[in-house]
Amino acid sequence: MLKFIINRMMTLAISLIVASLVIFAAIELIPGDPAAFMLGINAAPDTVAALRQELGLDGHPVARYLRWVAGMMTGDFGQSYTYQVPVVDLVMARLGISLPLTLMALVLTILIALPVGMMAASKRNKAADWGIMGVTQLGIAIPNFWFAMILVLVFAIQLQWFSAGGFPGWDNGLAAGLKALVLPAVALALPQASILARVMRSAMIDVLSQDYIRTARAKGLSEKQVLLRHGLRNAMIPVVTILGLQFSFLIAGAIIIENVFFLPGLGRLVFQAITQRDLIVVESVVMLLVFSVIIVTFLVDIAYAWIDPRLRQSRLNLGAFR
Amino acid sequence: MITKATMAQMPLSLKLGMILTMMIATMAFVSLVWTPYAVDQLNIAGRLQPLFHAQHWLGTDHFGRDILSMVMVGAQVSIAVALVAVGIGMAFGVPLGLTAAALEGTRFDDVIMRGNDLAFAFPALVIAILITAILGPSALNAIIAIGIFNIPVFARVARGGALTQWRMDYILAARVAGKSKTRISIEHILPNISTLLIVQGSIQFSLGILAEAGLSYVGLGAQPPTPSWGRMLAESQTMISFAPHLAIVPGLAIIITVLGLNLMGDGLRDWLDPRLKRDQRRQG
Repeated sequence: MLKFIINRMMTLAISLIVASLVIFAAIELIPGDPAAFMLGINAAPDTVAALRQELGLDGHPVARYLRWVAGMMTGDFGQSYTYQVPVVDLVMARLGISLPLTLMALVLTILIALPVGMMAASKRNKAADWGIMGVTQLGIAIPNFWFAMILVLVFAIQLQWFSAGGFPGWDNGLAAGLKALVLPAVALALPQASILARVMRSAMIDVLSQDYIRTARAKGLSEKQVLLRHGLRNAMIPVVTILGLQFSFLIAGAIIIENVFFLPGLGRLVFQAITQRDLIVVESVVMLLVFSVIIVTFLVDIAYAWIDPRLRQSRLNLGAFR
Repeated sequence: MITKATMAQMPLSLKLGMILTMMIATMAFVSLVWTPYAVDQLNIAGRLQPLFHAQHWLGTDHFGRDILSMVMVGAQVSIAVALVAVGIGMAFGVPLGLTAAALEGTRFDDVIMRGNDLAFAFPALVIAILITAILGPSALNAIIAIGIFNIPVFARVARGGALTQWRMDYILAARVAGKSKTRISIEHILPNISTLLIVQGSIQFSLGILAEAGLSYVGLGAQPPTPSWGRMLAESQTMISFAPHLAIVPGLAIIITVLGLNLMGDGLRDWLDPRLKRDQRRQG
């Protein structure tokens, strides 16, 4: 296991280095001078020169890349041009919304998908199964931001159970903060829960046809015990794999959903930064998003090697489940 | 040619998916030559007409533009973006996957696969954010972003499918006959994994439709005055309390398209994969 973890950590390090290189190179590719790009076409040459110096654009690209990476490692992402505050302060404040939102959506996805998937598998080819398969097929086809708008229409405008948008801040109590995230999290979770429920169903069907399930039934376990004790545990490997992949969709989805609910999270920050040409903020947020996806992939790799020791020997083909 | 007998053998999901997809595709084609009204025709006096209005079946927006016409033209944009993005994914991904499979176990294969793992860390939206920050928002940049996202998907599917084929006897026969790995990949492997690629193509197509809608919604896709479903939704947001149809209609267009493509993908897989059919017979 230790050898496996060391191996995975090497891959993790290489992935992070290559990802940072790609992002840095992409920003470097901007035609012309980034400082002039950020200030727009009407900027005076001395203002551009001052910004160039402030951004440290005078040095060699390699030196700048190394300085950028070293900065990130010490928590220094640079200074936002528009907000005139350290990017790390901006990002941390916004993460206080985006991270709980993503995690809430992840928990909801699991809470919805696992029981629904298990039920469909246990009622295979019956009305309940057909119903669940139909609803999940529809759930996959619904764009999460559209579903979010419909939720606003029904639960905020018509029923007035929730607010239509905005965030009261965590200072006003945990309950108020969480309440503001309920609709966004539900909207984010629905398509992912539909996908996961279908994966859970097929994994469970696969597991239920195994000999050890027949043995479990033969020794007199109830259907519930069979499903929970033997079925669920063995069906978890593909489910965990998909869940890891879904994290990146949840992060990307959260960025869009924040726009529907006017939540001041990372998504709002990055889109404002794009409009204001605040490249340092764009670069940092993109790196943070990619970093979190790579870390989650690493953790998922470790998790299923722990669940199933056979997998430590070989690399998993994640693509098969995509 | 599709005969009556073939139609009868098709799974229900495939038929349903084909009907829905054809509906949207026809709408997009018709909009190339005709729409009920011009999409740039403003009529402030006739704005925000409700659904089932005598002249405007799907109502009008806040500028008095005909929603049916906008949804029809929006279909063109969505289909074009998603289709070209699938093309980019296939054009780059499939040769990469085939080469990796032909050179299985070599450093090249390893680099391709590790590169693939890494590419999955960049969701389409993140690529779009990067590209837009550099080149500005446009439908073309949305295509590039979704296309780049598709490349590793097709590379992985092509490699997986090709590896299975390389272990077959007929490939051994071709090798004994002296054919090169490149020729075998093109003449034998590619035709035999085409089903796999078509099914994956329909899945990526539907994901592309969703991605394009999302990008347009946040302003990173097609720009005004080109109508797009995602931007129609974004524009409808502030009016949802008094004109919900502005959001419901383009949303339903997206759902029908994605649902159609997904059903078609599922149906095609069931229909074309004999292994699945056998399993179904055994289990049924």
